[in-house]
Amino acid sequence: MTAITVTVNGEPRSTDVEDRMLLVYFLREALRLTGTHIGCDTGHCGACVIHLDGRAVKSCNMFAVQANGAAITTIEGLAKDGILHPVQEAFREHHGVQCGFCTPGMIMTAVDLIRRKPKLDRPTIRHELEGNLCRCTGYHNIVNAIETAAKDMDTNS
Amino acid sequence: MIPASFVYHKAASLKEAVALLAALPEAKLLAGGQSLIAAMKMRLARPSDVIDIAGLRDLSFVRRERDRLVIGALTTHHDVAVSADVQGAIPALAQLAEGIADPAVRHMGTLGGSVANNDPAADYPAAVLALGASVRTTRRTVAADAFFTGMFSTILEPDEIVTEIEFPIPERAGYCKFRNPASRYAMPGVFVAAKGKGARVAVTGAAPSVFRVVDMEAALSRRFATDAIADISVAVEDMTSDLHASAEYRAHLVTVMARRAIQAALG
Ligand SMILES: Cc1cc2nc3c(=O)[nH]c(=O)nc-3n(C[C@H](O)[C@H](O)[C@H](O)COP(=O)(O)OP(=O)(O)OC[C@H]3O[C@@H](n4cnc5c(N)ncnc54)[C@H](O)[C@@H]3O)c2cc1C
Ligand code: FES
Ligand code: FES
Repeated sequence: MTAITVTVNGEPRSTDVEDRMLLVYFLREALRLTGTHIGCDTGHCGACVIHLDGRAVKSCNMFAVQANGAAITTIEGLAKDGILHPVQEAFREHHGVQCGFCTPGMIMTAVDLIRRKPKLDRPTIRHELEGNLCRCTGYHNIVNAIETAAKDMDTNS
Repeated sequence: MIPASFVYHKAASLKEAVALLAALPEAKLLAGGQSLIAAMKMRLARPSDVIDIAGLRDLSFVRRERDRLVIGALTTHHDVAVSADVQGAIPALAQLAEGIADPAVRHMGTLGGSVANNDPAADYPAAVLALGASVRTTRRTVAADAFFTGMFSTILEPDEIVTEIEFPIPERAGYCKFRNPASRYAMPGVFVAAKGKGARVAVTGAAPSVFRVVDMEAALSRRFATDAIADISVAVEDMTSDLHASAEYRAHLVTVMARRAIQAALG
């Protein structure tokens, strides 16, 4: 066991974790933040993407102890005061969701993408999503949503 | 998938990491964890102890030194891809880093982890070998030609840590890989580099470990053009055959990827 302190969605959390506990299990089972999904558990599908100190990472592919001292944002931390994040709003507007399983990871990846590349075209969006799989194959509306969100966030900044 | 139990250590310095490795024979270093953790989940790796070196920020840098580019072992694939120094000095290397895995994996995975792991399909080993880079460790400096020794193996001793890699800046270089559609690993990938009259060609994702193609190098040293190597192919019996591709297909793709890499180098 190792004692860790992490800031999750703005709240400091201190706890002991088993060294081998993956970050995704820590979020889902210890903190009950079940918005972060486990699709493949092998680093391929992107359902578990969260932000670690502002960068998108796959939480099934790291240990909770590695996050000691870091700030984590999960899908639960995006909306502020009951108002959806612009990327969430765009997914709703464009119906970028079918069964919804891949959605948290898609949205966390999209927020990171827009931060890194505010001016986005469709081929870039598709290319950047290669670490996120949608079993419903709903990519078309996901790309529409990200394209709209990027434009909205660019004009509002 | 849950890895077997281990004891986690966070190294505060390179010295501490080396001392821990020397004291704990079954320990493994953890850098980005993007290869090690998957191996631990499948229990292909069962270290007794894991020594996390990701906090050693001094090993994360890109430095331009006249005719060389030096990159710290803990520099992430993302940081290499977006570095203005890498893009300026060896654009093919920045492009290679940008083509590894996906953005989330690139935010964690490191140069040192990739070369130390020497996955048969990893991208960086091809660049390190084709550019004739030198790998610096906590003990010595090793030429690329001596560093990679076989499938998932290198010359590294169990308590030796890669600290930085020094790349001579070529006049031109290009990388092209046929991407495995599921993992984006090279299947295969070819890196070509030329300086003065010499050219080097390194292939990854085709055989158990990265290798050079001397016939292509000789042809390119005479004339650096795509058709110079169009008739040169690698021996089918040296290629890997697996569920992703047969040995014949890999051998065929090596020449195709080499042509495209040369084209990219000619820009
Ligand atoms: C979904 C997915 C797709 C991927 N696709 C690609 C791809 O297309 N191309 C590609 O090249 N790679 C790919 N990778 C692998 C990725 O690039 C890894 O980041 C890289 O192979 C290992 O780097 P790491 O820092 O994550 O190392 P770790 O996983 O932390 O370590 C790997 C090994 O190297 C050792 N090690 C680490 N650092 C050092 C050091 N400084 N000195 C000595 N030993 C060290 C460790 O002990 C361990 O044995 C992929 C990974 C995933 C999860
Ligand atoms: S669950 Fe982490 S990438 Fe699929
Ligand atoms: S909406 Fe069902 S997996 Fe993407």
